[in-house]
Amino acid sequence: MTRFLAKRGILIGVMLLGLLTLTFFISHVAPGDPAHLRAGPDATPEMVEVIRVKYGLDKPLMTQFYVYLKGMLVGDWGESIHSSRKVWDELVIYFPNTAELVIFSILIAIVLGVPIGVLAAVNQNTAIDHFLRVLSISGVALPMFWLGLMLQLFFALKHPLFPLNGQLHVLLDPPDPITHLILVDSLLRGQWSLFINAAQHMVLPALTLSVPGMASIIRVNRAEMLETLNKDYIVNARAQGLSAFRIIGMYALRNAMLATMAMIGLRFGWMLGGTVMVETVFDWPGVGLYAVNGAINNDFAPIIGSTIVLGFFFMLTNLVIDIIYGVLDPRVRTQI
Amino acid sequence: MQQTIDTARVATGFELESLSWRERHQSTIRMWRLYARTLSRNTSAMLGVGLVLVFFLAAVLGPWFVPYPEDITGAVNLDIKLQPPSVEHWFGTDEVGRDVFSRVVIGTQLTLKIALIIVGVATLIGVPLGIIAGYVGGVVQEVIMRVTDVFLGVPGLILAIAIVGALGPGIVNAMLALSLVWWPGYVRLVQAKTLSLKNENFVEAARSLGAGPLRIVFVHILPNCTSPIIVKASMDMGMAILGAAALGFLGLGAQPPEPEWGAMISNARKYMPDWWWYSFFPGMAIFITVLGFNLLGDGLRDVLDPSHRE
Amino acid sequence: MSESPLLSIQDFSLEFNTFDGVYQAIADVNIDLAKGESLGIVGETGCGKSVTAKSILKLVPSPPGRVRAGRILFNGEDLVQASEERMRAIRGLDIAMIFQDPMTFLNPVFTVGNQLVDVIMAHQRFLPQRESRSRREARDYAIEMLRKVHLPNPETQFHNYPHQLSGGMRQRVLIAMALSGRPQILIADEPTTALDVTIQAQILDLIGELMKDLGLSVILITHDLGVVALLCNRVVVMYSGQVVEDASVKALFDNPAHPYTQGLLAAVPHPGRSSGVLSGIPGQLPNLLDPPKGCRFQARCSKAMAACGEMAPLKRIGKDQSVACWLYGEDGHA
Repeated sequence: MTRFLAKRGILIGVMLLGLLTLTFFISHVAPGDPAHLRAGPDATPEMVEVIRVKYGLDKPLMTQFYVYLKGMLVGDWGESIHSSRKVWDELVIYFPNTAELVIFSILIAIVLGVPIGVLAAVNQNTAIDHFLRVLSISGVALPMFWLGLMLQLFFALKHPLFPLNGQLHVLLDPPDPITHLILVDSLLRGQWSLFINAAQHMVLPALTLSVPGMASIIRVNRAEMLETLNKDYIVNARAQGLSAFRIIGMYALRNAMLATMAMIGLRFGWMLGGTVMVETVFDWPGVGLYAVNGAINNDFAPIIGSTIVLGFFFMLTNLVIDIIYGVLDPRVRTQI
Repeated sequence: MQQTIDTARVATGFELESLSWRERHQSTIRMWRLYARTLSRNTSAMLGVGLVLVFFLAAVLGPWFVPYPEDITGAVNLDIKLQPPSVEHWFGTDEVGRDVFSRVVIGTQLTLKIALIIVGVATLIGVPLGIIAGYVGGVVQEVIMRVTDVFLGVPGLILAIAIVGALGPGIVNAMLALSLVWWPGYVRLVQAKTLSLKNENFVEAARSLGAGPLRIVFVHILPNCTSPIIVKASMDMGMAILGAAALGFLGLGAQPPEPEWGAMISNARKYMPDWWWYSFFPGMAIFITVLGFNLLGDGLRDVLDPSHRE
Repeated sequence: MSESPLLSIQDFSLEFNTFDGVYQAIADVNIDLAKGESLGIVGETGCGKSVTAKSILKLVPSPPGRVRAGRILFNGEDLVQASEERMRAIRGLDIAMIFQDPMTFLNPVFTVGNQLVDVIMAHQRFLPQRESRSRREARDYAIEMLRKVHLPNPETQFHNYPHQLSGGMRQRVLIAMALSGRPQILIADEPTTALDVTIQAQILDLIGELMKDLGLSVILITHDLGVVALLCNRVVVMYSGQVVEDASVKALFDNPAHPYTQGLLAAVPHPGRSSGVLSGIPGQLPNLLDPPKGCRFQARCSKAMAACGEMAPLKRIGKDQSVACWLYGEDGHA
């Protein structure tokens, strides 16, 4: 296990280095002059030169890369032109908000998606199966931003059941941070009204973000269940007189979950990408919105910072999924 | 004993000559019959075929049949702005009085162009890299696959936003960005397939008969990769449309007044909830189109991949 | 055969709906199993012997499988008509089954002990109250069963996963599982085919030993006539979904009656017989999507005649021997 973790840790390190190289490359292939970009559209040539020297943009590319890498490693992630604040400091605030949203969405997707997938498989080729198939294929095809808007339209504007946007009512202060996740912290501090308000704000964005993931979990889990139910060991379990409930709920599902887990890992990346849209629609103060604002304002440091944070988060999730995989599958566990 | 075998061989040869075309191609005919039957019995796949056909027809014939072609770009009719759906304006009108239906239909052209370019560029980069990685192996494979891993290690849309952030917003840059983040999936697919095909007996046999690497790649490996590539490409058409619409919505892709669905919704957002049709119909257009490509891809997979046949 | 058989398959026909048409897998099969008897069903791959065995426990997936006609009587009860709930009470407790490939018939993600205990607990519902066990008692019983099938270190193996066991050990676990409900009948579907030769012998010995100890009636499905000679007292020969001969092992080996049986025996290498050449049976299996009318062996049979267009009924030709072939007249002689 320790060896496995060490190996994966090194791999993540290598991937991060690759990611840093990639972002550096992206930021330097920009058609314009990076110094010009940083100085803004109204800068005089003299100001551009000052900027160029200040950020070391006059140095050779390799030196710049070295400086960039060193800065990234010590937490110097540059400064947002837009807000004139350190990118690192801003990301520390925004990241927990995104993490909270994504974690809740993936939980919704799993808790609903897995049983629905089993339901479809068990009722293969019946009306239930066809209905769920239409539903799940539609779920993958829905543009997330539009789904969010439509949910706002029906459940916030026409029928004000949930707040339109934001993470907390404007007049409420977030709880004193413990985990920096508002829902968890308000619960830990026993601030019930705060918790309820935060939960109400969470419903629509989390639902929006979970729909495509849930849809693909349903589809994969159905397919895997069907395949597993044809396996020899299921025939044997039936021949030994095990109940259908136990066969489906334990013997088949545990095996089917292996492939479903892999899909959940993939979908997680999809969801992290989706936060960009959901956070924009629901005005959710997270990393995605931060990245989009950076891209719109040609503010480069925030984009790079967000990309690295989300990429790192994604890599960590895949590590967690691999570990769960090992817990579920003893054949993998012995290799670990 | 020897004699019997020889007689048998002669007999078989003779029979082959006298077989009709239908008899000689029996297995091929059976395969295509099976394809046709699997696809035509698959209601959802047929729906996908229908939706994709409508989409293509709208893209090609759109300019000839939309009711208000002049609304596509510049027209302004403020006296009929934000009208609800009616007989004259099926999907209502927008904030400067343009017909939403006309703009949605014409939007198919741009959408089709975007999707084809993204998926086309992605396959053109990804498939050769995948074959090279799988076939050559060694250091070359290591390098290609590690770079692929880095790309796949970041959520695609985020990376696309970073690239657009560097290049500047716009439809061309959005397409470029999405193409650049889309190819790694093809590398993985094709590399895995090439690796497994490389050790198949029929490839070994071809090699032992003196076939060169190019011949092996083009005659034995590439044709066997086509069905998964076709399935993935069909699914990716839908996903690319979603990606491009997302960038349009975020203000990083097509810019108004381009009749691009995502950009239209971005604009329409300000007019919710009272003028809901303005954002509703372009979204439905995205949904239906993507649904069509997904259903088609799904159906193709059922047809082309025996393990998915039910 | 004065007393009525324990299990009786009567005029049983089963078919599969496939893309290419209706595949007529089993046609008018009649097989009886008496109490305490050990019956072998032999035939080549695809002759329908496994499907027949699975039909007894209703394990043939439907669709595509469909019983077209016939009854399977167990203690007078027709299993073809039995509900799934009723079948659960029969599976494992009255009739148990072991399968061909021990590699794939154990669930890879649970320990063997866990799976064994699950089977034992599943049987609880159908047992009288006084015999019910707690999960802990079930565990002790499971280890006792593992010991009974001579699995080395049962306490340790109990906590192992299937992939940590050898093929022979896994087959022992499967046998323990099948016998844990103390069934009257054990159906063994090619139990040794996937194993090494030395392991095969051990497993066959084990089955023989358990048959005697537990008073089991056994149906052994195999293509290996040697296995039949070792374990069975009666044999049914199947060809292409039809029963062609039903005889005691001695009668069959001494005097095979059906031309197919004769061919089958001639194809077995025999150290005592030094003729040098093994004869195969020329020709191919018939296409069961469109089977020939009557005897399905006729196209390959050197003694085929016009009457073969209709299937001969099983006819008694000796004390322990019946055959379905027109070569044998009313008097039972060729």
